[in-house]
Amino acid sequence: MQMLFAVSEMVWIIGLVVVIGVWFVGLYNGLVRLKNIVEEAWAQIDVQLKRRHDLIPNLVETAKGYMKHEKETLEAVIQARNSAVAAAGQGPAAAGPAENMLTGALRQFFALSEAYPDLKANENMLSLQEELTSTENRIAFSRQHYNDSVRRYNTKLEQIPTNIVKNFGDFPEKEFFEIEDPSEREAPKVSF
Amino acid sequence: MDLGLFQNVEQNRRRSVWLILLSIVVTVSLGGVIGAASTGTPWAGIGIAGVIATVLALFAWNQGSSFVLSSAGAKEIGKEEDAVLVNVVEEVAIAAGLPRPRIYLIDDPGMNAFATGISPDQASVAVTRGLRDALSRDELQGVMAHEMAHVGNYDTRVMILLSVLVGTVAIMSDMFLRGRMYRARGKNQGAMMVVAIVFAILAPFASMLLQFAVSRKREYLADATAATMTRNPDALADALEKLGGRGKLEGANRGTQHLFIVNPFRTRQELSSAFATHPPLRERVRRLRALAGRYAARSSK
Repeated sequence: MQMLFAVSEMVWIIGLVVVIGVWFVGLYNGLVRLKNIVEEAWAQIDVQLKRRHDLIPNLVETAKGYMKHEKETLEAVIQARNSAVAAAGQGPAAAGPAENMLTGALRQFFALSEAYPDLKANENMLSLQEELTSTENRIAFSRQHYNDSVRRYNTKLEQIPTNIVKNFGDFPEKEFFEIEDPSEREAPKVSF
Repeated sequence: MDLGLFQNVEQNRRRSVWLILLSIVVTVSLGGVIGAASTGTPWAGIGIAGVIATVLALFAWNQGSSFVLSSAGAKEIGKEEDAVLVNVVEEVAIAAGLPRPRIYLIDDPGMNAFATGISPDQASVAVTRGLRDALSRDELQGVMAHEMAHVGNYDTRVMILLSVLVGTVAIMSDMFLRGRMYRARGKNQGAMMVVAIVFAILAPFASMLLQFAVSRKREYLADATAATMTRNPDALADALEKLGGRGKLEGANRGTQHLFIVNPFRTRQELSSAFATHPPLRERVRRLRALAGRYAARSSK
């Protein structure tokens, strides 16, 4: 009788250990999944930034023939593009400011291009402009997706009990990708 | 802060989960009741329901998307055909953090769009020529974000699952009621038989109404998700207003109506009703505008 009792106690203890073990594995894998999402999201931003960098030489080349008196602006765009290319791959902290510079230079370029109707009607220019518009959206959306996933991941790192689980693996806090842009629209806060 | 909207999204999601469970309960208990009435044990009926559901699910899994797309007359397009449309879809796919779906164009002047596919990796979005031509770039982005939201929220899969259940219930009821007519009456299990007949008559309606209810909840959800993706609820609201009453589409049928962004049969702005696959357009626009207002109030601070 007593023997049986001890066995059933053992079963309980083993059961409890197994449950806690499974729970721990679940939490750990959850962190791995979130970290991978963050890293994939960053890779996506990289792809889109590269896409932007690749479009700009073409854009300047097309505009050159029309905007003869705007050499400085065109130079500034090229320069901003080159420093953005150099900053790419050095993480969010370096890429952010460089991309801001490029955004500013492009904005000035497009403001000036308004004065050249021939350029604006150029078919090549039109399709480049569509590609650039799309690229700007892609960058904004991939950044948004990246920052959302960083927020989810970092929050998990601070919460109990994952703040303990994180010590069993390589889970550094991730940095946000900031772009200062006053015209940027703030997100309506909807949580899912 | 924004608790109203948050609860709204959560509520829509939770309710639709309950409705799906309820549809499963309806299907299983129909099988059980029919089984009990015809053989004295529920298991035979439940087994038959299981077999029918499996066959339908296998078909839906493998053929569902291509069937829906071809019955709507959709043609896949690439960047050469329509650079803006392809760009817009790729943008919202990025916003959703999902792979780019296949993009289809339906050569029809009606204004409509839909998404299908059992998983985000094999999703397709389709838009009619009429809608494509009527919308601005931002509005198109809103509509495609709504479709991508259906993909990301697994609505496309949920609706396929529900269609399978509705189909199973319809087939079971039909088989049972027809079978009853030819079989000699006056066997045993009299009371059970009455219950089964009533059940077999009502269950198809019930499962269809449940499917519609889930569809309505999911539409609100997709609108809200689209707004968070593009941060531009106004563009989607504008698009829906343009769509109002012009969603009519030849290639749509009763089996696929719930897939579309607006109902392809109703030409007037409908009131909320249990027989509608979509919430009233006016209410959807109102909710989106409220979202836009909320957001404008914040950014002006």
